[in-house]
Amino acid sequence: MIRPDAPVLLEVCDLRASVEDQPILHGVNLTIRAGEIHAVMGRNGSGKSTLSKVLAGHPAYTVTGGTVTYQGQNLLELEPELRARIGLFLGFQYPVEIPGVSNLEFLRVATNARRQQVGEAELDTFAFEDLVRERLAVVQMDPAFLDRSVNEGFSGGEKKRNEILQMALLEPVVAILDETDSGLDIDALRIVAAGVNQLASPDNATLLITHYQRLLDLITPDHVHVMAAGRILRSGGPELAHELERTGYDWVDQELALVEVG
Amino acid sequence: MVASTLTQTWQDLAGAALPSRRQEDWRFTDLAVLAAIEPRPWSGGDPLANLQLPAGVSRLTDSELAAVSGLTLARTSCEAHWPVRLNTQARTVQLGLRVTADDSPRALELQLDAGGQSQLLAVHLVLLLEAGASLQLSQRVSATGVSVASLVCEADLAADAHLDWGLVAQGQIDAVLLAHLAVVQAPGSTLNLSAVSHGWGLSRLEPRVLQAAGAAHTRLRGLQWVEDHQLADTHSLVRFEGPDGQLDQLHKTVAEGTGRSVFNGAVQVPQAAQRTGAAQLSRTLLLSDRARVDTKPELEIVADDVKCAHGATVSRLQQDELFYLQSRGIAAEQAARLLLAGYCQDVVRELPAAAAGWQPMAEQLLEP
Repeated sequence: MIRPDAPVLLEVCDLRASVEDQPILHGVNLTIRAGEIHAVMGRNGSGKSTLSKVLAGHPAYTVTGGTVTYQGQNLLELEPELRARIGLFLGFQYPVEIPGVSNLEFLRVATNARRQQVGEAELDTFAFEDLVRERLAVVQMDPAFLDRSVNEGFSGGEKKRNEILQMALLEPVVAILDETDSGLDIDALRIVAAGVNQLASPDNATLLITHYQRLLDLITPDHVHVMAAGRILRSGGPELAHELERTGYDWVDQELALVEVG
Repeated sequence: MVASTLTQTWQDLAGAALPSRRQEDWRFTDLAVLAAIEPRPWSGGDPLANLQLPAGVSRLTDSELAAVSGLTLARTSCEAHWPVRLNTQARTVQLGLRVTADDSPRALELQLDAGGQSQLLAVHLVLLLEAGASLQLSQRVSATGVSVASLVCEADLAADAHLDWGLVAQGQIDAVLLAHLAVVQAPGSTLNLSAVSHGWGLSRLEPRVLQAAGAAHTRLRGLQWVEDHQLADTHSLVRFEGPDGQLDQLHKTVAEGTGRSVFNGAVQVPQAAQRTGAAQLSRTLLLSDRARVDTKPELEIVADDVKCAHGATVSRLQQDELFYLQSRGIAAEQAARLLLAGYCQDVVRELPAAAAGWQPMAEQLLEP
């Protein structure tokens, strides 16, 4: 939902970042307002996942230039846990398995960290179980997954549902979903997309990172950005995604060549 | 308390000189913490005064005990080990128990505290599990200051007997634990032995299991956590003297600060032990550059139709796991604690109920 007067939640300006001294992002610009759904598309290696990890504060990435402002704050100076507590959420492309740590306990600790930040009372074990059971419905997840170790032995689809469950519990302001559609069969994709749609509101925003139109058939973006060589090459409405689906990424190479020359 | 006026040495007490690091079995294990303690005999009360025996568990008579005492140690070839000699020579108390078969498993709790008065508490326990008998043994050894706890346990498992044995050893920086846990298993018997040790200046645990005619199940779980100036050593031995035996062994270590950890896991599969299945895994989490770990599998396999696997890993806390937790609002320190708790769960969750209730390492693994 585009409202020109809606507050800006996330403003990325000329963001540059590298990993192991290898520059990956070469000046990304992106403005996300409340109520909007953005999609970032692009080939493997274009910098999409790096952008999501830099925003979430992954320690392996070094920011070498630019700014990121989140609700008026300098996001880049915050530890990853603080970014999460003030409402930034990253749905992982490959959710991490953590043996021995109960999923329920993990979800409770995470939820309470966020609640504490926004001035809500922490939930005890019983109150949290009520909440989590209610939110399980968002992703149609079997409660049995709560008793297992975090993501351990989960199928690809179960892991992604667990990500969206976390999103449903943490109620983020800006959710970045990194290839949430990868490795999902069509049923799981529908469930995950329905969960994302259900959680979208005029007060929050979603940034979808994806290769494929098929996710965007289920979640309609307000803005579509095409990334290449570590920058956003072109932005448009949902029609841009359809155009990509038809024409592929070949034009990207030509446009990129022009940019490099220019 | 009556303090001994005679100055005794460890050599006097055990009737043999302290092991030196020139001996292969003690190569990585410095006994300085023990040598620094001036040994005094136990002058506290009967350490087993509060022992309550459940139905189906009875004391052996003195003559019965004398007849079986030492047999399991001899069969597991450790009667001449220095810690066993010390225990035999300087024994504080001896307890022999017989467990009879019944529909419901028996649960027994045994708590020993070596105190902090520079004394030697030496306990010798003999367990006879009759055919089909089942026992859950929760055993705790602790210390509050300078002390030496010497524990020698012998368990004889008759056919189809089942022993769930949890040892929680919660020590102190000036305290030493020396423990031999010797078990002989008849065919069809099951041993689940889980040992968790933490906090000792020096601990040496020697589980020694003999499957006398194979065809038994042995499951060993070990967890040792060392911090600054602590050394924990587990030397285990499992020997199969007949076919179709099973071993599943997991040994885990957490090493912090200048902590040192030793694991030596011997598995012996002679010619008679065909179709043995044995798996041993040693996993170490190094939390500091100054910690040191020596881990060694020692498989001697003669039989040709066997499945034996072993592995050893040494790693640090995984950055990706830490980041995943942080990205959900969990502070780095709390995330590390959650990961450590998860790491220890594999072993802690296998303790019998009473032993788990003692909350081993609660300080390290405080509920987040």
